[in-house]
Amino acid sequence: MSPIDAVHSAPIADTVVTPRFKRRLFRHVKERVIESILLLLALVAVATTVAIVAILVHESAGFFEEVSLREFLTGTVWSPLFENPRYGVLPLVSGTVTVAGIALAVALPLGTITAIYLSEFAPHWVRETVKPILELLEAVPGVVFGYFALLLLTPLLQDTLLPGLPGFNMLAPALVIGVMIVPYVASVSEDAMRAVPMSMREGSYAMGATRLQTAVRVVTPAATSGIVAAYVLAASRAVGETMVVAIAAGLQPNFTFNPMEQAATITAYIVQVSQGDLPHGSLGYQSIFAVGLTLALMTLGFNIAGHWLRKRFREVY
Amino acid sequence: MVTDQMATNLARLNVPPSVATSQEMTGTLKAEAQNLNFYYGGFHALKNTNLPVYERKVTALIGPSGCGKSTFLRCFNRMHDLYPGNRYEGRIMLYPDQINLLDPTVDPIEVRMRISMVFQKPNPFPKSIYENVAYGLRVRGEHNRGRIAKNVEQALRSAALWDEVKDRLDEPAFNLSGGQQQRVCIARALATDPEILLFDEPTSALDPIATASIEQLISDLKERVTILIVTHNLQQAVRVSDYTAYMYLGELIEFGLTNNLFIKPEKKQTEDYLTGRFG
Repeated sequence: MSPIDAVHSAPIADTVVTPRFKRRLFRHVKERVIESILLLLALVAVATTVAIVAILVHESAGFFEEVSLREFLTGTVWSPLFENPRYGVLPLVSGTVTVAGIALAVALPLGTITAIYLSEFAPHWVRETVKPILELLEAVPGVVFGYFALLLLTPLLQDTLLPGLPGFNMLAPALVIGVMIVPYVASVSEDAMRAVPMSMREGSYAMGATRLQTAVRVVTPAATSGIVAAYVLAASRAVGETMVVAIAAGLQPNFTFNPMEQAATITAYIVQVSQGDLPHGSLGYQSIFAVGLTLALMTLGFNIAGHWLRKRFREVY
Repeated sequence: MVTDQMATNLARLNVPPSVATSQEMTGTLKAEAQNLNFYYGGFHALKNTNLPVYERKVTALIGPSGCGKSTFLRCFNRMHDLYPGNRYEGRIMLYPDQINLLDPTVDPIEVRMRISMVFQKPNPFPKSIYENVAYGLRVRGEHNRGRIAKNVEQALRSAALWDEVKDRLDEPAFNLSGGQQQRVCIARALATDPEILLFDEPTSALDPIATASIEQLISDLKERVTILIVTHNLQQAVRVSDYTAYMYLGELIEFGLTNNLFIKPEKKQTEDYLTGRFG
């Protein structure tokens, strides 16, 4: 018998094995319990999303039994509160698109420039001072921005550049939303730029590039994936912003892309109806779920586009 | 005369004895560090270093980690200017201009326009192969497409990469292998026709085959450009360089013809390092 065989055939004492197995079993059960709790907690967010979609679809189904999809999508009058209600969603979409478009036209360039400055140019102490202040701007409630647009910016525009501007208009809230979401764009873009490895910047400087050339030609393209993520976040915020438009744009559904006119966006309409002007269960009430679904689909579209762009521009370094 | 100790050194470093013939230190000076001191904030990283750099020769900087070889190399293109708190003292003269590269009135960007650098880890930009190589020309304001195309092709040929990438110049440089990426970086540095090329451990992230091709490239390039290379690999220093400087703790201990320095170092410290007694 070889020594190896001797080792293998040695009897294993029960007293050693049993307690070990017990401890393992206990540990195993404990781990499974913790795992399940974590899974349940993670499912809360998923379940909420599923529930929202389910309710939106269910209530919208009721709405679309009364109003044809064609009328909803192509109608240019939205007047659910009138005696002869009309349910064309285009005025709400045009308001939403106009406000979000102007807001993004302000926020994306401003936010990107801010991010480039903070990441590539600002001295340490400036960055450490400015970034918290910018992030504080995110914490200001939308209502405050709404009153700012209505009572400060609109009169200011009337007095200076645009004397004919009505008291309620899309321009002022859109500009205010633009400024409001600059921190989102700047903060997320700056994080993406700072994540670009120093070796890449050094490569650019070593070629005789200036700071600006390095920032614009090397760092920004390298951070594209993160910058696109910031843009998608900003777009979703701009489309979803409620209070500013509800307060300052006039709540009048109006099929126009002219920012000088008053109009309502999808979210502003939902606020208006939720205040209780329409009886529960009525067609008008159900209409908020239909427009809510429209909004959800628009945002989903942004996210899919953003996901695709991020994958398209993802860099490995 | 080859002593026993020298023979052992040669054998260990795979130097063919035929190469180990005595040579004179000759050549035109391209640059020279004179009493160069460098400080990272309060840390005195380079202590009174002096080093001649001969034109169209390869000068290798060797020494244990943290001895200041990379710090020394990065003085030549003023990379230290990028970070606050760094301070130079002394001079690095560039010839035949007779200008001190470290002079505060000299624009570091001008310095980097004439002295290019290849880094330890390949660091191509998130651009196509073509645009990577064209980068230096573009930042110099070159707009002539024909001239850019011509320089890019020449640089890629010099970097021994043209045949491998000529059909895929529009592909992202990240798609290439590590060795190819490093050659893109070399082509990028060559496209602007630099006077001095700085290599900071250019093969430490590469496999042996890629390393061999980069070393071959360095030997070919010295026909046209003065080369300063930091390396951890003593065999590499023997294979590619004409002159070698040994550095230790921020001081330049010994400088000489590579063959002389490796076969018969003058200083005990150098010999201890070369024979693997430390480092």
